[in-house]
Amino acid sequence: MGLFILRRLGVMILTALCLTFIVFTLTNLEPNLEKLAKNQANARMTDDQVISWLDNRGYNDPMLIKYGRWLGVLPHFTREEDGEVVYSRCATPGTTIEEAGSFCGVLQGNWGWSTVFQNEVLEILGVRGWQTAKLMFFVMLVMVPGALIVGVLAGMKEGSKLDRSLSTFSIGTTATPEYVSGVIFISLLASPMIGPNWFVGSAQTAMDNITFENFTLPVLTIALYGMGYIARMTRASMTEVMTAQYIRTARLKGVSFQQIVLKHALRNALIAPFTVIMLQLPWLLNGVVIVETLFNFKGFGWTLVQAAGNNDIELLLGVSIISVVVVLVTQLISDIGYVFLNPRIRIA
Amino acid sequence: MKQNPDYQGPILEIDKLSISFFTRLREIPAVMDFSVSVEPGEAVGLVGESGCGKSTVALGVMQDLGKNGAIVGGSIKFKGRDLGEMSQEELRDIRGNEIAMIYQEPMASLNPAMRIGKQLMEVPLLHDNATEQEAYDLALQVVTDVKLPDPKRMLDSYPHQLSGGQQQRIVIAMALMSKPALLILDEPTTALDVTVEAGIVDLVKDLGKKYGTSMLFISHNLGLVLETCDRVCVMYSGEAVEDGKIEEVFDRMRHPYTQALFRSIPLPGADKNARPLVAIPGNFPLPHERPPGCNFGPRCDYFEAGRCDQGVIPMRDAGPGHHSRCVKFEEIDWDAPIAAATETKSREIGDPVLKVGNLKKYYEVAANALFGGGEEKVVKANETLDFEARESETLAIVGESGCGKSTLAKVLMGLETATDGTITMGNKEIQSTPIEKRGTKQVAEIQMVFQNPFDTLNPSMTVGRQIIRALEVFDYGANDAERRERMLQLLDLVKLPREFADRMPRQLSGGQKQRVGIARAFAGDAKIVVADEPVSALDVSVQAAVTDLLMEIQREQKTTLLFISHDLSIVRYLSDRVMVMYLGHVVELGTTDQVFSPPYHPYTEALLSAVPIADTSVQKKHIVLEGDIPSAMNPPPGCPFQTRCRWKEKVPGGLCEKEVPPVRRLEGGHQIKCHLSDAELAAMEPVIVVHAAE
Repeated sequence: MGLFILRRLGVMILTALCLTFIVFTLTNLEPNLEKLAKNQANARMTDDQVISWLDNRGYNDPMLIKYGRWLGVLPHFTREEDGEVVYSRCATPGTTIEEAGSFCGVLQGNWGWSTVFQNEVLEILGVRGWQTAKLMFFVMLVMVPGALIVGVLAGMKEGSKLDRSLSTFSIGTTATPEYVSGVIFISLLASPMIGPNWFVGSAQTAMDNITFENFTLPVLTIALYGMGYIARMTRASMTEVMTAQYIRTARLKGVSFQQIVLKHALRNALIAPFTVIMLQLPWLLNGVVIVETLFNFKGFGWTLVQAAGNNDIELLLGVSIISVVVVLVTQLISDIGYVFLNPRIRIA
Repeated sequence: MKQNPDYQGPILEIDKLSISFFTRLREIPAVMDFSVSVEPGEAVGLVGESGCGKSTVALGVMQDLGKNGAIVGGSIKFKGRDLGEMSQEELRDIRGNEIAMIYQEPMASLNPAMRIGKQLMEVPLLHDNATEQEAYDLALQVVTDVKLPDPKRMLDSYPHQLSGGQQQRIVIAMALMSKPALLILDEPTTALDVTVEAGIVDLVKDLGKKYGTSMLFISHNLGLVLETCDRVCVMYSGEAVEDGKIEEVFDRMRHPYTQALFRSIPLPGADKNARPLVAIPGNFPLPHERPPGCNFGPRCDYFEAGRCDQGVIPMRDAGPGHHSRCVKFEEIDWDAPIAAATETKSREIGDPVLKVGNLKKYYEVAANALFGGGEEKVVKANETLDFEARESETLAIVGESGCGKSTLAKVLMGLETATDGTITMGNKEIQSTPIEKRGTKQVAEIQMVFQNPFDTLNPSMTVGRQIIRALEVFDYGANDAERRERMLQLLDLVKLPREFADRMPRQLSGGQKQRVGIARAFAGDAKIVVADEPVSALDVSVQAAVTDLLMEIQREQKTTLLFISHDLSIVRYLSDRVMVMYLGHVVELGTTDQVFSPPYHPYTEALLSAVPIADTSVQKKHIVLEGDIPSAMNPPPGCPFQTRCRWKEKVPGGLCEKEVPPVRRLEGGHQIKCHLSDAELAAMEPVIVVHAAE
């Protein structure tokens, strides 16, 4: 088991390097850099000025070298004039050139400087990430048990009325994207004009103080969308298990229907949806972007939108690292969890 | 809690039972007017081909017909109480408690994600209000009863950690946990190897006696039914056609279907030239296309228009306790010799076309196949194989699963390359030429007929197109018209109507599909055809026809046939020479007569003894092998068979455990790989003795 995890970690690091390199290349394309220069220095720079601005800051070096510097495996760009260092990328506002080391990449914990928020990228990600983590936690809390219950109930008697109605429900929720369901929820449940005004249409206050009123709608919007999908998977897996011969064995052993479902079918039926649930987690990050913007909840997704909209290269890169890590870690968890659910797979 | 503990009388009475399945289109009668009764302690066999409704009867008894099935007539009484009138709670009380069932596929019948102990303990916990500890103790005792080694470890294992035979013993243990009054066995050994089957059959018989359990034994294997049952009921197309005491039905059959069934299975004495098998003509009628009158009428030799195709034919007495559903059984001369079969001449056996010398095939398997890492292990799938096959000869390769016979086929075909040794076909060595590198002619010359005709045809291509495709691959013919002509000839060759060229595989029955498979194999005038269990997936009555077809084509085309099989009866019937394999070794090789008569290799002896023979005049020596086949990954030292050999003590000095025996050449080219002395070998008694007909 240890060896297996070690190997998987190796592969994960390799994948992470490849993915971040791709994102790095895309965000450091020439037009982006030009925009950065004009944004940072002077919006009316001539082309020559832009080039020299970029030259002076090392932006025109080869892509791989720039990536190595960003990663922290190559010494960072410094500009010397008359034998004296006059510019170092490692010197963030507030520190002097002398204090800055020569390596200052992601590995050194220096994720760069956000041009939009005028702050350390790492610090922004920490604050915003924590907000989103809270949101995700509640989403999972609602979505996973809900989806499993719906799926198992629908799947245990294929073709029954219960199955038909639950299946319709799950197809309906999966077919409604967040930006539709979110808007509907706000206008139906959170507007004083129509319907009951039970909830608050903005989750801004939830950043400091989560209450039932301000957090239900964003959580529900994301959870419902994912729930239908997982419920469909669970139902498919459950119906298959219910026709298996060992279920017939159990039935002809005199086990009651309830016990068949709980003791014999459930564990076998959960093997397939488990992977889907773990895959769902990074996929929920998509929903987060829309929902956080919709409900004005300043989390990870909102930060991403801000960074992308303002050409904040280093913040974008930071966001991508987090996303890549989340995806890879959930995959690892899903593989390990699979082993525990399915006794037929044993890792030496 | 058992009900009616003092009940006297038949355990199970099925009276005029009719079961139908309802589809959107129509009602499909699966079982009609079926009656049988099982007395306490009695074993009743239910025989018939697939689709005859025998499993439906079993599920009917369990009242578990699913949503679409329903009992539409008659009654099933268990200990005098009508099962059809019971509530779900009452049924649950009986299932697993008083009626238990043993299933065909043990692996599928056990919950893969539940420890075996838990699955066993569930029974007493449910039915006898036992405590966990009592349940565990009982489970331990029953697992010991079914002769499984290391019962404690067994209870703690998951089903996939056990071999097929062990799994079936667990299923049997589960059925016996509550000491049921009635045990239903639905093809309990079909998925198992013959020597394992023999062990299971022995176990079931012993336990039946020990616990006094009545049994309903469902099987398509007449030999097995003869060995296990007191009475037998033959089913055809949803009806019982004959029932009675086992000896009565086997020796004095009074229904043409029973007779035809017996004539289509190879019994000792059948011979492909002198007394060939007689296949039942035609096909099994589909449930909604049954003929009026007698269901067997259209396929019956004694059919008489106006009598056999009119009205409902009832079961009638044909002797004490013997019934037959035939209107003319009194008129038929049951002792008349088989007329239809024509004698054929055996053909000359020619020069060797395939020589295999010292062939080895090893696989390297990572100890942990899924994630790599760990030590590499070597699986010795084939070990020093040495044989030759001649023109128009049938060489049978016999052995149980895992003995390496399919690996040999793969190496011959070029799907795998040999690790060492030579394969000479014609005068070229082909052992290390994979199939992609073989020339068209070489590929066409050695072809294969596969085991499962249901999966080997492309479901979205017409039959004709598939054969033409093979011809294209073999570069046969100059244009499409020529190839089409050849395809039609091939259909003639395998005796399929030419219209079948435009049919899709799903419109064909199993036997017809296998014929297409044979046509495809012979498309490029194959010199050598490897037939890997070509008939084992087919029904008994169809097996005979397909076997005969293979023989006939062989006679015409002088093909060399490598017939891979685990079924010794059919091997004895059609092969010229037999090669017995065990754990990758050839343990015995000789002509059919040499292999089927002493001296035997001890494994051949056990194999012969294990095969059930549907003939009351045959007496067999009873040899049951202990344990399972060792894993090829971890073979025993010395002789591969030493772990299960009953002759091991006769060899001095523990030689069997130390050295792989050399190949001994006895007279007439008979080879045996054994340490036993000549005197011991000569003193061996025949396993199968046929008594002279009374």
